[in-house]
Parts: sequence; structure tokens; C-alpha cells
Amino acid sequence: MRSRSVQPAFSFEYIMWIFMRISGLALILLAIAGVSGAFIMGARTQVDLPTLMRWTFFPNPNHVINSEIPDVAVGWATAYWQVMQMLIIFFAVTHGFNGLRNVIEDYTDKTLLQPFVRGLIFLLWLFALIVSIYVILAS
Amino acid sequence: MNRRVSLKEGLKYQGGGPMLSWLLHRISGLAILLFVGLHVISSFFMQQTGSDLATNLNIIYESWIFQILVTFIVIFHALNGLRIAILDIWPRFLVYQREALWLQWFIFIPIYGLTIFILIQRNLSGG
Repeated sequence: MRSRSVQPAFSFEYIMWIFMRISGLALILLAIAGVSGAFIMGARTQVDLPTLMRWTFFPNPNHVINSEIPDVAVGWATAYWQVMQMLIIFFAVTHGFNGLRNVIEDYTDKTLLQPFVRGLIFLLWLFALIVSIYVILAS
Repeated sequence: MNRRVSLKEGLKYQGGGPMLSWLLHRISGLAILLFVGLHVISSFFMQQTGSDLATNLNIIYESWIFQILVTFIVIFHALNGLRIAILDIWPRFLVYQREALWLQWFIFIPIYGLTIFILIQRNLSGG
């Protein structure tokens, strides 16, 4: 069996390939940081699974306001957690839409349609980033 | 390269565990994208217009039966991605890729099993 040949050039696909690995590892670390933060701030005794996921993946005071923890805004509305939220959003959105692009381009041929599909995914990516950063800064 | 391969034909390929986890990684990734995208949109409309559709979507998301599925998808995607990233960073461990897959399930089953056990226990007792 011969392995698939990979072009060694420093291309867009190569950068995105590396980015998928790095962002995946970063998302795991950020999720662990989010869970730890939630537990430190008092989620030890009164948290259920949807709430825990909410704290893990988007530690925004508006997002975790439904949980039973009192004074949720005190712990989370800080610059530190705002930066953490932006990192999570950037990595998650880019990872997700690049994954969508990978899957779509695996099952479609390189036709004239491809630039339009890429453009659509790029616009969705930009839209998601802008909306979420607006939410982070406005909350 | 022939891309016109149906799912049934594709599953006949004797790739075994690594191939199936590649498939599941792909499906779970798309599921997470769909789930998170719908969640963002429904939260936006719940905040802005208070529509019933958005509220119902969020009620489905927070139901414990849906959580069983979402937890599986998220934990599987994270652990499988971790395995892929580790093997890609140190390619000499690719010799042990089937063992890595076993290790992945050995880590997955306690995490997921314990989560689901607590989830079902709490919800069946009405807690």
C-alpha cells in the first residue's frame, strides 16, 4: 500500500490542515478552562448537563444566566472571560466552517460552482463571527 | 477519482475502526455545526422577537433525551479529534493507530457512561 502523496507547498489547504489540529486542541483546552471556571465560581452543587455545556462552550453572562447560580454576572463579566469567549468563538466558528468546506469539497467536483460555495461559506463565517463578537461586547 | 459513491457502497469498504471513526467524526462535526448554528439563530430570535419556534427549539435542546445525543456527539468528536491531532503531530505512533482507537474508547466509555448514568438517574427521579 502506497501512502497518499501530499504537496509540500505552503498552500491554503496546508495552512487550514494545520489550523484544524491547532484549533481542535485549543478548543479542548478552552473547554477545560470554562468548566474549571464554572466550578471555581460555585457550580459544584447546582449544575445540570445543559448548563454545564453552556458554561463550557460559551461562558457569557447572558448565556449562563438561566443556571441556578446566584450572581452569575459578577464572575463572568470580566475582560478575561471576554477574551476567552472571543478565542472560543474564533476557533470554533473557523474550525466548524472549514470542516463544512472540507466535507462539501470531498463530495463535489471542482466546477465553476466551487468559488460560489466557498464565498457563501466565507460569508456565513464572517456573519457568525460578527454576531458573536457583538454579543460578547454588548453583554 | 470517482466521487459518486453511495453511503451503502462506502460502508462496504473494509476500513474497519479507523474508517468508521472517520465517518462518525465527519457526521458528528456536521451535527455540531447544525446544532450550534440553530442554537445561535434560535437564541437571537428568542431575544429579539420572542417567537414560539425559537422557544420550542430551545426546549428541545435542553431536554435530557436530546442531551444524551449531544453529549455523545461532542465527547466523541473531541476525543477522536484529539487522537487525530496527536497521531498527526507524532506520525511514528501511526503504527499503533488501532491501539489508539481502543484507548480512545476506553477513555470515552467512562466519561460518557458516567455522565449519562447521572443524567438518567436525576431525570427519572424527577430531580
